[in-house]
Amino acid sequence: MNRIITTLIALLLIQLLVVKKTFGAETEVKDCFEKLNRVTFALNMGLDKVIFKPVAKGYRKLPSPIRTGTSNALSNLSNLITIPNNILQGDFGSAANNSARLVINTTLGIAGIFDPANSFGFEKREKEDFGQSLGVMGVGEGCYLVLPVLGPSTVRDTVGSFVAMNGGDMWHNITVRDDEEYVKEFKESDYWASRVTSGVDFRAKNLEAFDAMEKNSVDLYATVRSLYLQDRKRKIKNSQSKTEAMEDGDWDTLEK
Amino acid sequence: MNVIKNLLKLFLVYFLLITNSLSTNPSEFIDSISNEASGILSSKLSDNEKVTKLKIIAENSVDIDGVGLYTLGKHRKTLTDEQKIEYKKLFKEYFLKSFSGRLVVYNDAKIAVLSEEVKNEKYTIVYSKLIGSADRPEVKIDWRVYTKNPEKPLIRDLVIEGLSLARTQKEEFNSIIENNGGDISALFANLRKFLEK
Repeated sequence: MNRIITTLIALLLIQLLVVKKTFGAETEVKDCFEKLNRVTFALNMGLDKVIFKPVAKGYRKLPSPIRTGTSNALSNLSNLITIPNNILQGDFGSAANNSARLVINTTLGIAGIFDPANSFGFEKREKEDFGQSLGVMGVGEGCYLVLPVLGPSTVRDTVGSFVAMNGGDMWHNITVRDDEEYVKEFKESDYWASRVTSGVDFRAKNLEAFDAMEKNSVDLYATVRSLYLQDRKRKIKNSQSKTEAMEDGDWDTLEK
Repeated sequence: MNVIKNLLKLFLVYFLLITNSLSTNPSEFIDSISNEASGILSSKLSDNEKVTKLKIIAENSVDIDGVGLYTLGKHRKTLTDEQKIEYKKLFKEYFLKSFSGRLVVYNDAKIAVLSEEVKNEKYTIVYSKLIGSADRPEVKIDWRVYTKNPEKPLIRDLVIEGLSLARTQKEEFNSIIENNGGDISALFANLRKFLEK
């Protein structure tokens, strides 16, 4: 718990130091490490073909209630990162909503497998992470990065992941870092199992979409980069109305 | 005299019907074409037959030339007249193949139109959702409809869960051009290669 408080204070200090909100103005893709990124991307695609895609296909053969339950449990666990980031972003309403969801679904929902919180009026909201909080604080995304196995990221989002791995993620603290102050039941393997399952669950939900994208792209690397960066921008803006994230400027130049 | 009166009435009714049909509501337009596409996707036709039918829908409902120009971004202004003609032809073929290829994998696609937002006289955004299934979560799809000519609205972009397909395409094309020292013919070569697949 001390680590989380230290992290929150550190991030609030960063917020005080950074005054310029940069995300709105960024339109050009900053791919400073493109050559290296393309090599890593090719490696990840190879791993996907040999490992992740076949595993995801196998996972898809499991009965639907098992997949839904797994997905729900992982989503419930992600609240441990989302809640502190709701607070960092000043979104106390979502923090309260997600805390209620975490408590109800972990207990009545049997470790998050079921989602009774929804029927109590606590609806599911968007996930938040430290990369998003840094973005909300005005930290620019920096250069695009492709991480081995983990996939697309940016310098800012990678810093966010480091924050999570160094005290910001309570689930990581009680498993990998062995912070047994409050909970003793979990092992390091539980953390990695949840991360891998989360990746497989995501891949399984996007099997057709990714196949179609792979088959119909002229530069798959650039397509994935564009989709990742657009997705992060939208999440940082927390835009409910999608049109907010759609820039009219580019379309308007077409008319001239 | 009665004949002339009746003829005038008929003419008036005909005129009213024509003018009513001239202005098409963007939501109804999206509802109609998504229903048509959904019917094709869930039919027992072969994939090739589905692709042929989907291409016809896309040709009639998407502003392919407009999307093509948007997709070129800043390189649009550097094209010669010959290149413009070549690009227009190549892009149309590329778009129809790519678009129908992406859609044909879904055989249970049902879209529900939710609402619309008039942005200005040129654009209306139609909000919809792709209804989820056991294997696929619900997906929000927003359609950027170009309404400069209200009689013939045309789709200019699809925004899936906040991700713009036109913008993705633009960044993809831009990447190819930039990685070839700004040479637009490299993009043409890539498009030809894709069309040969």
